[in-house]
Amino acid sequence: MELYQLTAHQLFDKIKSKEITPEQVYSSLSKRIKEAEPKVKAYPRLDGGSSPEEGKGAGIPVSIKDNICTKGNNTECCSRILKGFKPPYDATVITRLKESGMGVFKYKTNMDEFAFGSSTENSCFGPTRNPWNTECVPGGSSGGSAAAVSADEAILALGSDTGGSIRQPASFCGVVGLKPTYGRVSRYGLIAFASSLDQIGPITKDVRDCALLMNIISGYDANDSTSVDTPVPDYTKSLGPDIKGLRIGIPREYFIEGLDKEVEGIIRGAINKLKALGAVEKEVSLPHTEYAVPVYYIIATAEASSNLARFDGVQYGFRAEKKARNIIEMYKSTRGEGFGPEAKRRNLLGTFVLSHGYYDAYYLRALKVRTLIKSDFEKVFSEFDCIVTPTSPTPAFRIGERMEDPLKMYLSDIYTISVNLAGLPAISIPCGFSKSGLPIGLQIMAKPFAEETLFKVAYVYEQATDWHKIKPKI
Amino acid sequence: MEYETVIGLEVHLQLNTRTKAFCGCSTEFGNEPNTQVCPVCLGFPGSLPVYNKQALDYAIKVALALNCRVQEFTKFDRKHYYYPDLPKNYQISQYDLPLARKGFLDIYLEGNNKRIGITRVHMEEDAGKLIHRQETSLVDLNRAGVPLLEIVSEPDINSPQEAYEYLTSLKSILEYLDVSDCDMEKGSLRCDANISIREKGVVTLGTKTELKNMNSFKAVKDALAFEVERQRKELAAGNKISQETRLWDPKEQKTITMRTKEEAKDYRYFPEPDLPPFIIKDERVNEILRGIPELPKTKTLRFMKEYGLSEYDAKILVATKNNADYSEERLRQGKNKKSVANWLIGPLSGIASSNNIEISEIKISTGDFLELIELVESKQLISNLRGKEVLAEMFATGKPPALIIQEKNLAQISDEGVLEKEIEEVIEENAKSVEDFKAGKANALMFLVGQVMKKSKGKANPKVVQEMLKGRLSHA
Repeated sequence: MELYQLTAHQLFDKIKSKEITPEQVYSSLSKRIKEAEPKVKAYPRLDGGSSPEEGKGAGIPVSIKDNICTKGNNTECCSRILKGFKPPYDATVITRLKESGMGVFKYKTNMDEFAFGSSTENSCFGPTRNPWNTECVPGGSSGGSAAAVSADEAILALGSDTGGSIRQPASFCGVVGLKPTYGRVSRYGLIAFASSLDQIGPITKDVRDCALLMNIISGYDANDSTSVDTPVPDYTKSLGPDIKGLRIGIPREYFIEGLDKEVEGIIRGAINKLKALGAVEKEVSLPHTEYAVPVYYIIATAEASSNLARFDGVQYGFRAEKKARNIIEMYKSTRGEGFGPEAKRRNLLGTFVLSHGYYDAYYLRALKVRTLIKSDFEKVFSEFDCIVTPTSPTPAFRIGERMEDPLKMYLSDIYTISVNLAGLPAISIPCGFSKSGLPIGLQIMAKPFAEETLFKVAYVYEQATDWHKIKPKI
Repeated sequence: MEYETVIGLEVHLQLNTRTKAFCGCSTEFGNEPNTQVCPVCLGFPGSLPVYNKQALDYAIKVALALNCRVQEFTKFDRKHYYYPDLPKNYQISQYDLPLARKGFLDIYLEGNNKRIGITRVHMEEDAGKLIHRQETSLVDLNRAGVPLLEIVSEPDINSPQEAYEYLTSLKSILEYLDVSDCDMEKGSLRCDANISIREKGVVTLGTKTELKNMNSFKAVKDALAFEVERQRKELAAGNKISQETRLWDPKEQKTITMRTKEEAKDYRYFPEPDLPPFIIKDERVNEILRGIPELPKTKTLRFMKEYGLSEYDAKILVATKNNADYSEERLRQGKNKKSVANWLIGPLSGIASSNNIEISEIKISTGDFLELIELVESKQLISNLRGKEVLAEMFATGKPPALIIQEKNLAQISDEGVLEKEIEEVIEENAKSVEDFKAGKANALMFLVGQVMKKSKGKANPKVVQEMLKGRLSHA
């Protein structure tokens, strides 16, 4: 067994008992990255002759998505427009990692440009590949982080989740991914996609590692007015012991046309397993589910068009070389050349829905429906401890398959989006494999700040199954 | 055709908080460009705004002083436009739920009170500054993120003079609250104006133009006066007024088109997701309300009532809070309120303005000041004119008035025995004037008094001299 194959908590134990040093972990990981990276392409800036050894930090390394600011270190959201951008400050989560003695890996993980996508194909560096089948996408937008953890190219990773960007790639790559409650983890230093939906969260090899990483990154931050000042429990204390009597809701609106039969079978199997472990399951209804995708693509693109306005070539990042006669021309050529097609599409959509005369019909309406979606969940959570669904309607799809059909791509997030709109926490854990050998993820949702419930259910399920122990052959 | 002018004013006010609206950077004015900046006010990716509580308190204070209703629920919005001095390419502002609404401000005009409605008061952040060179334009972001208040009036203002009065009264209130430097030259107070004209008696508003780039209250008045005339001429010539934004050109003393309605921007306002809406509790509002000092208008009325001052005098004394406090201390203790007011407004203000300071900065104690007035007015120890010289000396040396009079031998001579000699001499030397007086020319007497004053080197009490001369000449 190589060190890179171990989980963080296994490595901590070995370091504590002086069996190994963090340096050994690091060199083992470097070796693995060199070996697997050419096939996976999780770390785009490791390409041009850079070596993983250069990316070393103190302690067990954590791999960071390219949209989380690390001081003096390229943070480009995998977009041409942020080429060469080195933030002058660390995101709060990075400060917390460093303060708790963790290492921060210098080379950031691949992602869809500005987190716009569900496949990591929208990266200006090209796609990351799914370690289970390199013809397939790793999911997105945190595809680099998920693929790195899955391929043992990372011990732990951070992603960000605006509509499923942690959970869906975790599901596609067979790893654990948690989207925390909105306000649980500081967004300071996360380059915003949609401010009212974004959360940073862990992507890990198992549930215990996920709880450990959450212990470090969670908590109120005075620099983020949307972070919530609620005490952070020790999440590792909620790992088990059992789920006897736990009330699970199964939303009928999630088991509909479009859900892959094979995936449905595996999810039903997982639900039965939870029942066997003592949980009580009942069908519930989330009646406004069908509006989640349109509502999301209005709110998220509106906020994105605003958040992306600052990328104009004036202060930082990319500026078009074409000689401009005035500032407007400079803006146009910089943004024209700097943004990829999906970023442009979302900019246009968002600008449109906020425009004079359309605002009420789209944005305002979407906000109202968002409230309805939220209250659907409140009703269910007044009677149930958690809701269990598939993370994604299908296993990982093939690279290129959905690039020409944005609508089909958007539907990849159909099961994950509502959670962001309602600000809830949700976790995706491995729960089986398709016949073609691709991992399938089980999504568990809970009410705000009930991450402990998620850890309990996920851990008990994980302990009773072996899915997390199966590794891709790469 | 008789026209009526309709004006609404938008005032942008920089709040003098120590730090910026959404970060901890200093708001100090006039430092090296881009030395008071951080990732937040530079709009760097990933940075987030955190609202400055002090700025909110100041904003509430202004809203209350302008008799507005502070809204319980308020939020920030993003206002989008691309400009290099705006690092995020949106400004954090307030759109449909401003901090406060429906207030008013009373102005005095030729002895009449007029109430100008305040539509809204809202919070926002300032942009940076562009410095244009020949080949390049430079951006200074020291000012970016400084907290601003926008105070919007109703179109209740009907003349450029009223606009001027509104601004003066507003500035005076703001200075009382000590929330802003209110310095138009430094840009801590800026004013845009909306103006239209309509036929007298017509209810609907005419097409308005928006005026910008006025950097003094006088410029606002001049620009409005120009625009009234321009619009009047356009209408008289049968033309329509086009809705547009016009710039005031202070050199040419005229307004010029900046952009037309077709070029009007769509700001795509939407709620700022980085700053949750906030609830302003009554307790907070009440606490701020308790901290609001007596404002100029109330003070003016009280000064008029308590000290028997004219409205004119009272308004001068209360124009700034420091001066009002300084004046009131002296008025309260003085015997003759009217003469204390005259000395404050006259000689003391004279000293202040020639030294370029406020009267409140003049370090003459209340006791000394009142003693001087006493010496001049009731004891008549020195003349009014000498009194002013003594005051100047008091300002320069800090000595009490009696000492200065003694040292400089300035006391007035009222002793008839002492003055006898000078009077006899003057009568002898000015036979012609004596004749004139006797012939009934009253002016001649004043001339003779003047001559005695001259002989006494100004120390003779003119009233005594006059009486003596009258007596002497009518008996001769």
